[in-house]
Amino acid sequence: MFENADALLLARFQFAFTVSFHFIFPAFSIGLASYLAVLEGLWLKTGKPLYLDLFKYWLKIFAITFAMGVVSGIVMSYQFGTNWAVFSDRAGPVIGPLMAYEVLTAFFLEAGFLGVMLFGMEKVGKKLHFAATCMVALGTAVSAFWILSVNSWMQTPVGHEFGANGQFLPGPSWWTIVFNPSFPYRLVHTVIAAYLTTAMVVGAVGAWHLLRDRSNAHARKMFSMAMWMAALVAPVQIFAGDMHGLNTLEHQPVKVMAMEGHFQSHPDGAPLILFGIPDSQANVIHYAIEIPKASSLILKHSLDAPLAGLDTVPEDLHPSVGIVFWSFRIMVGIGLGMLGLGLWSLLARWRGKLYDWPWLHRAALVMGPSGFVAVIAGWVTTEVGRQPWTVYGLLRTADSVSPLDAPAVGLSLLAFVVVYFTVFGVGTWYILRLMNAAPHSHEEGLEHEPAPVRTAGITPAAGQLTADDREGA
Amino acid sequence: MMDLTVIWAIIIAFAVFAYVVMDGFDLGIGILFPSFKPGTERDQAMNSIAPVWDGNETWLVLGGGGLLAAFPLAYAVILPATYPLIIAMLLALVFRGVAFEFRWRDPAHRPFWDMAFFGGSLVAAMAQGMTLGALLQGIEVVDRAYAGSWWDWLTPYTLLAGLGVTAGYALLGACWLVWKIRGSGQDHAYRLAIGAAVATLVLLVAISLYTPFVEAQYFRRWFTMPNILFASQVPLLTAIISFLLFRGLLKRQEAMPFLLSLAIFLLGMIGLAISMWPYVVPDSLTIWDAAAPHRSQVFMLIGVGLTMPLILAYTGWAYWVFRGKVDEAGYH
Ligand code: HDD
Ligand code: HEM
Ligand code: HEM
Repeated sequence: MFENADALLLARFQFAFTVSFHFIFPAFSIGLASYLAVLEGLWLKTGKPLYLDLFKYWLKIFAITFAMGVVSGIVMSYQFGTNWAVFSDRAGPVIGPLMAYEVLTAFFLEAGFLGVMLFGMEKVGKKLHFAATCMVALGTAVSAFWILSVNSWMQTPVGHEFGANGQFLPGPSWWTIVFNPSFPYRLVHTVIAAYLTTAMVVGAVGAWHLLRDRSNAHARKMFSMAMWMAALVAPVQIFAGDMHGLNTLEHQPVKVMAMEGHFQSHPDGAPLILFGIPDSQANVIHYAIEIPKASSLILKHSLDAPLAGLDTVPEDLHPSVGIVFWSFRIMVGIGLGMLGLGLWSLLARWRGKLYDWPWLHRAALVMGPSGFVAVIAGWVTTEVGRQPWTVYGLLRTADSVSPLDAPAVGLSLLAFVVVYFTVFGVGTWYILRLMNAAPHSHEEGLEHEPAPVRTAGITPAAGQLTADDREGA
Repeated sequence: MMDLTVIWAIIIAFAVFAYVVMDGFDLGIGILFPSFKPGTERDQAMNSIAPVWDGNETWLVLGGGGLLAAFPLAYAVILPATYPLIIAMLLALVFRGVAFEFRWRDPAHRPFWDMAFFGGSLVAAMAQGMTLGALLQGIEVVDRAYAGSWWDWLTPYTLLAGLGVTAGYALLGACWLVWKIRGSGQDHAYRLAIGAAVATLVLLVAISLYTPFVEAQYFRRWFTMPNILFASQVPLLTAIISFLLFRGLLKRQEAMPFLLSLAIFLLGMIGLAISMWPYVVPDSLTIWDAAAPHRSQVFMLIGVGLTMPLILAYTGWAYWVFRGKVDEAGYH
């Protein structure tokens, strides 16, 4: 029994660890692929070389990010079977086809056009090259579409029937399954999250170079574009998040109770708990700082609306309140921070000081990694808040796990931790090094980078030095 | 009406075959990598696959994802049964995959990433071969779940299968290089190809002789009348093709050896089908036991029908763009 519980916990840690790591890369590459398409489109439209330089600058970073996304993604597609075998057997007939569609419509598309995008400018001409860039961007978005549909079905399962062998079977309409109730909200909120994550990174890189040299035209352009994104999209994201929360309240009220820290029911208006320390033993929030009735206002749009609390739910169906409560606040805090940055940039723009306010640039620099923190915090809220279920209300996490011994899972978890931190740590270091190089005119493209060819690329000359070497030499 | 389950078995088999030969030569080059001289030889070898490896690897995702979708029970049984092998393969593929990028980004540590490329390829190849072996030697299934322990897969037979696949990948890789590069690298590739061909055939014979004794089922399939009349064609053809392969390598043909080594893999696949059919987990689960329901099969078949022609078209196009020899000046 104990042995069994252990293996389950390890399997959960392993899944959470590997999927969180994986998601860091798509969160950036979904946004970056679109940003690259915009840059190239602007270049074609205006003919200004500056856009082409920026395109080439970010393309190098995209290539590394994408490679890491691919290798960590392949791990994910096998983990359902290795660690969640019962879940795979039961839910496979419903979610399997959606994931197969992801491979067919997204992964092959990306892999097919990535080569031209990375190295093919001179081979296929500008227009076709632009088309390839758009295809890769489309591929990343389509990938998000399918995988989020899968995840959303696990959160809000509909459209299935039950087989005699315990399997979930697809009902008559795939449409119902794909467009399950939480999917539209999750898709919008997550794709916007990817764009904001990218905007924060681009803004931070721009800010970094502005801090060194305010006159750098390339840094100015990227900073300005990123700040527009923050100013315009952060409010949309907050709105989308609010809608998402209302949808969750409808379908997974227990998750919202945990997010809000509502251990008790409030028959006449629930308070909004800003901060506090959740105590799942005593079922209270210690040191709570709260705004009376505000939670009812946000969730029910009425000050006195009653809200049920976790006291209405059996204890064994409570998710971990401590984690969900805090991860939700981290995400929302960062969302408000992004909004603040966006507003500040508008003020600076209006005063004509967008490129001359070092404190604004410092703030943007600090916010650089915030998108990654927010997306992971958001997913932790979502997934931990779904516990103890894998298929919400129907299949428990404890009943989903593979029949594996704890040592097997423990060892593999250890191996993942060691390998991911070293390999992806080094990859991140390479990316930071590229970002540290100031963007400039006549940026080298990948096709002019010697010897190497990488991911689906075309081969430049071998045996020469890379751009980096030359600079370093 | 043709049974959809059979169609799906063929589609999965196709995806696996596509993966095995396409990533097979990528991994094979990785396995042989340290024997090439640092500098031009290694750069050429790497450049000859860099444009296509990502697309090649996508077939692995289709194989896995397709198995989950079309035969969920098989996916749920095979992966836990071979857990350490699968994890080792996935981690190995991480090293192999990032090496393509990192090697160029960091010349100071290039030797390290070259070794990561080699080690990742070798471990992935061994793990894939041993997984196949573990599947063939049978997996204990009780109540729709794997019922063995986490070391059941480790036997002399699986080790032999691992070596066989590794040698076969090395053969594919060497023949690919014979075709794609020139100069001293190509001379070296010819020598490697001959060695790999010998190793592959020896191991193939050993595995073929061993397999019928692993499970009675296989023995019946291969050695009773009238099966033996069909089945014996496979080794016969393999012998003919091997002869042509050696001849081609000695006569320094360029494209032919690669195509012939593909043919050897195809025959291997047919041999596998003879042994396994209609089981997906030999002796425990037939394809019908493991199959997804009709609605899942139909929905996906539509997807495959619509997208596969396009996928094959742009995959073919990618190979076309990078046709011809890779030499020091790249693909120009
Ligand atoms: C840049 C990233 C980012 C930012 C700034 C925000 N979110 Fe978010 N949020 C996500 C990125 C994200 C996410 C990673 O995309 C999640 C995880 C799963 C999902 O659907 O989206 C998520 C989940 C998520 C959920 C859980 C839904 C569920 O599981 O059912 C809610 C209620 C919110 N968000 C609400 C908000 C609010 C009110 C925000 C405004 C301050 C906010 N989010 C900012
Ligand atoms: C990419 C962003 C994602 C992140 C960061 C994420 C994070 C997590 C975390 C933190 C857990 C552990 C929850 C717990 O055990 O308390 C978890 C579990 C899980 N998630 Fe997600 N998840 C993501 C996407 C997905 C998707 C797209 C799917 C489905 C296709 C999925 C399926 C699962 C499954 C099967 C588990 C294991 C069972 C469980 O512990 O709930 N996740 N995930
Ligand atoms: C458990 C869930 C997940 C699984 C099984 C999974 C699987 C995969 C696989 C196999 C790849 C490599 C594809 C290739 O070979 O080219 C990949 C890459 C990718 N995944 Fe995931 N994924 C998961 C979660 C997510 C989520 C939640 C998103 C987005 C919202 C996402 C978006 C992407 C994108 C855009 C790529 C392209 C490569 C990149 O940009 O890094 N994935 N994923």
